[in-house]
Amino acid sequence: MVAPDENDDVLRVLDHAAEWLDDGQAVALATVVQTWGSSPRPVGSQMAIAGDGRFEGSVSGGCVEGAVVEAGQEAMADGKSRLLTFGVSDSDAWAVGLACGGTVRIYVEPVTSA
Amino acid sequence: MKRDVLDRLRAARRERRSVALVTELGTGVQRLAEAGAGRTRVEPAGNDEVFTHVFQPTPRLILVGAVHIAQKLVPIARLAGFAVDVVDPRIAFATTERFPDVGLAHDWPDKAVAALSPDSATAVVTLTHDPKLDDPGLIVALRSRAFYVGALGSRKTHGRRIERLTAEGFDDAALARIRAPVGLPIGAISPGEIAVSIMADIIAVRHGRALQAAAA
Repeated sequence: MVAPDENDDVLRVLDHAAEWLDDGQAVALATVVQTWGSSPRPVGSQMAIAGDGRFEGSVSGGCVEGAVVEAGQEAMADGKSRLLTFGVSDSDAWAVGLACGGTVRIYVEPVTSA
Repeated sequence: MKRDVLDRLRAARRERRSVALVTELGTGVQRLAEAGAGRTRVEPAGNDEVFTHVFQPTPRLILVGAVHIAQKLVPIARLAGFAVDVVDPRIAFATTERFPDVGLAHDWPDKAVAALSPDSATAVVTLTHDPKLDDPGLIVALRSRAFYVGALGSRKTHGRRIERLTAEGFDDAALARIRAPVGLPIGAISPGEIAVSIMADIIAVRHGRALQAAAA
């Protein structure tokens, strides 16, 4: 059997993280850990973020990716993981939210080469 | 996440092994564990929370019959995240030219499907229209835990198939597992349309949303 590597979204995200590390980029990984109400991507959905701003995968339907990329770069800078919550009522905190009215919690962690 | 953990996750994925990544969300402490039966979840743990991320292997699709519909079904299944194997002892049908990027097996379908050991994340669909090839594949699929067993062919064809499989010792409950005529009833005619209807039905069954009872 041939695994559909390029169609396996989970592996694709992890492989990009590894490739970017190999290229000397800083890397962060974002993962949906909890959702309430309607949310575009299920728990476990991941997105890899590179120091140069490239990203692969998704943690929402495109609604919060911009803010998550930013949080990823902060995580790379200070080496600490963070937990973000996005909801439709969160517009004050993040100026982004989920149009679908759901809430998601996203864990953003630096990926260290050591 | 440490590079070592990342690489072990990737290896597990490539080898189709289930694995759980356990993370203390407050401290960031992380370890890999046996996946067990649990789902991906967050649980309280003292003052912290623990996120258990269960990575299950991608679903698989085994096609019996390297026919025109199979050529259309392979890219659709791959797009939906399925790993695909095509089984056909007719070497002229199951060529890498006609089926690039999939596993090809040329053994007789009973032997070939058994060798691929269909599990509860596997769908098996027979497409040859030839009972000599379809039935052995179906028999192995029906004895496996495959979440989906489908057979191409008209209701009339399926009626005769049921008679043959009953003679093989399968009871009504076992035979009711066969989705036939395979595919959602969307009026599909061309091989590409039929492929879409089959894939849609596989996805619906996988998520417990079957739209159509298996035809009687």
